Amino acid sequence: MTSLPENPGPKRLGLVIDLDICVGCHACAVNCKEWNTGGYPAPLTDENPYGAGTNGVWLNRIHAYESGEGANSRTVHFPKSCLHCETPACVTVCPTGASYKRAEDGIVLVDEDLCIGCKLCSWACPYGAREYDHDAGVMKKCTLCIDRIYNENLEEVDRVPACVATCPVSARHFGDLGDPDSDVSRLVADRGGYDLMPEQGYQPTNKYLPPRPRRTETGDTGAAAALTPVAEAGGFLGWVDRMLSR
Amino acid sequence: MHPAFSVIFFTTASGAGYGLLAWLGVFVALGMLPADRWFGLVGLGLALGLITVGLLSSTFHLGHPERAWRAFSQWRSSWLSREGVAAVATYLPAGLFGVGWVFFEQANGLLGLLSAVGAAVTVYCTGMIYASLKPVRRWHNKFVVPVYLGFAAMTGAVWLTALAGLFGIGNPLFAWLSLAALAITAAIKLRYWRSIDNDRGGSTAATATGLAGPVRLLDPPHTEENYLMREMGYRVARKHAEKLRRIALAVGFAAPAALLLLSLLLEGRAAGGIALVAALAATGGALVERWLFFAEAKHAVTLYYGAQSA
Repeated sequence: MTSLPENPGPKRLGLVIDLDICVGCHACAVNCKEWNTGGYPAPLTDENPYGAGTNGVWLNRIHAYESGEGANSRTVHFPKSCLHCETPACVTVCPTGASYKRAEDGIVLVDEDLCIGCKLCSWACPYGAREYDHDAGVMKKCTLCIDRIYNENLEEVDRVPACVATCPVSARHFGDLGDPDSDVSRLVADRGGYDLMPEQGYQPTNKYLPPRPRRTETGDTGAAAALTPVAEAGGFLGWVDRMLSR
Repeated sequence: MHPAFSVIFFTTASGAGYGLLAWLGVFVALGMLPADRWFGLVGLGLALGLITVGLLSSTFHLGHPERAWRAFSQWRSSWLSREGVAAVATYLPAGLFGVGWVFFEQANGLLGLLSAVGAAVTVYCTGMIYASLKPVRRWHNKFVVPVYLGFAAMTGAVWLTALAGLFGIGNPLFAWLSLAALAITAAIKLRYWRSIDNDRGGSTAATATGLAGPVRLLDPPHTEENYLMREMGYRVARKHAEKLRRIALAVGFAAPAALLLLSLLLEGRAAGGIALVAALAATGGALVERWLFFAEAKHAVTLYYGAQSA
């Protein structure tokens, strides 16, 4: 059923992505591909993988931007996957019922057995979260690793999305953004987490944490602003100082 | 947006077919068309043929055409599903209308009107599929649905004029109706083009990333083009777009209007022959317009791939 859930639960699972510390290593994208090509949306087809004109399905892609100008400009690595929106038009445009939003945790999924591959959902997503698999003839998207986060065969510490598990700098956080007291909600509140393209009205669940302000003054780093002479020393060191100063 | 030929052909052909079906139904109800078997066969045959070929061609771009029947299920939320339901539902009155007309030479006005209503609803749904897509600002525009309805009414009216003329049952009213539809549709399309040309709103690279501007793409995610870039990133050069707009106006509107005015001076089948050329020109112009409708549309996802506004 592609109508949105009438009585969604309070739980809104999603990601918080810290643009301040992402180093753009692409490990999250690689581990996403690795897990999901054998997981729920398997396979994530690669066409012509070893030649020119490679074309593959990726559920998570890392862009890099230059933001600002002059001394304040900076490079920002920008991972982007499905934002599991609160009002996902990709779901409501689906003519077959293949796309749906789960009432219990807000995850947006595709039932590949119902998908006719009309691609309209990818047109309806402003974020480019859905990618068409030409080989399978169906649409693929991030599942928030639904086959990991509820998987009781995994150690509890591993029950997070593959991208979160693999990030070497902890730039990605997974949790319940519907609960204002969760770690991820506090992180968003503390750091001023924001929505991508709020003007589109999709109310994304995933939040982005902005890069911290650039530290341009010497004092900003905790170092002394200038070196000051050490105090006149007494004792043995004072004697050495006096002797060497002769 | 990538102008997929199957979708452009489908919306143009089925638009003309639904337009012709609607006018046949309306004029039968008004008692202005005789229940001539051969005219009914050719007229409704062409209308339903264009609709059916268009609907079939729209399934060619599906990944799983064998599951297409599932698309009738989500009419509560999806305009694409509503279009499918309306299209199939229209076959019922249109089929009965045709059977009565062709086999019994009794064209039923009520069935004609029901077919016309079904045709209008189907074309409205087609327009809404595009008009409801917020990420494509040039489609999420109040002129899009009127443009779709206008092109269907216009191409359908010119085809009606041509067929009626060729069967010797022409009526100057049909040509005048076509001229009015051409003028109104051209006016709506010009308003649409002015609207998208003057639009300065929409999302930007800064709102897409939330970063302090200006935001420039430093590295794309991969070295090769991906599905998103091919499907949503299609661009037509501005100078070509302007030329194609002039071609669409000349071929789709000016030429048919001049030919229809000429046909009004002629009698009988000669007038029908001229009107047939007008119908072919109007349909060709509609194809160019529909191609441009896709090629000129910018999708918000392009903001992540270097576009500054969409």
